[in-house]
Amino acid sequence: MIRFQNVTKTYSPSTEALKNVSFEVKKNEFVSIVGKSGAGKTTLLKLLLVEEKPTQGRIFFDSQELSKIKKSKLPNFRRRIGAVFQDYKLLPLKTAYENIAYALEVIGATDFQISRDVPEVLGIVGLADKACNFPVELSGGERQRLAIARALVHRPEVILADEPTGNLDPYHTSDIIQLLLRINELGTTIILATHNKEIINKLGKRVISLENGEVIRDEERGRFIL
Amino acid sequence: MFISLKRIIRSGWINFKRQGGLTVATIFIMVITISLVTSLFLFHKINQFLLSSLEEKVDISVYFKKEIGEEEILKIKDEIAQIPEVKGVEYVSNEEAIKKLLERHPELIESIKETEGVLKIASLNIRAGQASQYLAIANFLENASFKDLIAKVDYYQRKPVIEKIFSITKTVSQVGISLSIILALVAILISFNQVRMAIYNSREEISIQRLVGASNWFIRGPFLIQGIISGFFALILTLLIFTLTLYFLSPKIEFLFPDFKIFDYFTGNFFIILLIQIITGVVLIGISEIVAIRKYLKI
Repeated sequence: MIRFQNVTKTYSPSTEALKNVSFEVKKNEFVSIVGKSGAGKTTLLKLLLVEEKPTQGRIFFDSQELSKIKKSKLPNFRRRIGAVFQDYKLLPLKTAYENIAYALEVIGATDFQISRDVPEVLGIVGLADKACNFPVELSGGERQRLAIARALVHRPEVILADEPTGNLDPYHTSDIIQLLLRINELGTTIILATHNKEIINKLGKRVISLENGEVIRDEERGRFIL
Repeated sequence: MFISLKRIIRSGWINFKRQGGLTVATIFIMVITISLVTSLFLFHKINQFLLSSLEEKVDISVYFKKEIGEEEILKIKDEIAQIPEVKGVEYVSNEEAIKKLLERHPELIESIKETEGVLKIASLNIRAGQASQYLAIANFLENASFKDLIAKVDYYQRKPVIEKIFSITKTVSQVGISLSIILALVAILISFNQVRMAIYNSREEISIQRLVGASNWFIRGPFLIQGIISGFFALILTLLIFTLTLYFLSPKIEFLFPDFKIFDYFTGNFFIILLIQIITGVVLIGISEIVAIRKYLKI
């Protein structure tokens, strides 16, 4: 489904974020990308969201090469992906309900679909009673669950989660990981970037380890070893 | 298409309501800008009125020899009226001229009585459109077929005053135009900066919208709608301020310039002023939004 082919990303001659990275992610897989801060995890996800373009190499999503997508077609491509970030990236002027509805509005969903799906997703992430709250009125865990709800409401093919538990306490961390696992069971591919050893060791899923921008390990039922 | 438009409008309206501080600041800046442009329009009209009333006061007089009768003078008047540079010719009869002279110098009453029947000061008062044209008129009079009937043309006596008045009016006009252009530019820059700041402040939100897969117009649209709503409220507020101010100020201005009824002028030209204000608002919002959006919303 997703293929990285000898991808290198250089920001300046002295800053090489990714070096000759190659791997493949299959449909419905749950893949964790691990590495210390600065290992290249975020760059890898940015390349997938076409926020950045590779300096060398090619990235494919199904048969589509990402660097060849026209600017005007980028929004359409991004709608196939749901993204979750460490800093939540919620729209501050919109309520929890409106934040989720926004992801449906941009794909042109009808008002009926929005009023049917948004409360359902709010229920899945346990925020049914917070629909009218603004992000600033929610706790860190609630904000992250809201971000996940927004990422999955339009049923994307892949969810990219960049350090989604980075700002959360252990209780909420486990909550979020359980949620991602449930989404994966429902058929969505998950790519999780984290440096949380405990999470990775508990998951027992595929782990790609990065160090200084290079893939140093790719194991089917991996553990956090750096 | 319709559903997207509906959502863009709703989103713009919601942003307008929820960004209280920013909304008030934007409306305030726009009120200043639209007021400035409206004031420039009104100032231009006041200026035109004052200059034309000043120009009305400038003329040259042609005096005739004692033996020339009223009939002959009126014939000459018709001839002069046909000169293209002449804006108007007025015949001042001997009686009127004496009356005016006495109004200005009542102490001359005795001397005038002594010379009764002898004093002949009937004249033709000639007005031209521009100062430079008075010289052409004076030259025409010096070479005209009736030049022998003329006793005196007071052009050369009045020349310095005429030139001074016209140079003042020209300078005032030029300063007015330059000032208007500068103020309009300043107003546009201030408004542009306000819109630019609003968009710059929202850059984080814009990047989120991009990542969620919003199309360019789905991101830009609400900013435009928010601007239009702010412009609409600014317009209403400006109209209200001007209507009230001019209503209460008009009697005071009329006291200074009795023929100038500014409130009547405002209401008489209401739709032109409204059009100028709408164009100012639309042009300002339009240009500012387009430039700022292009600069800060690289999608």
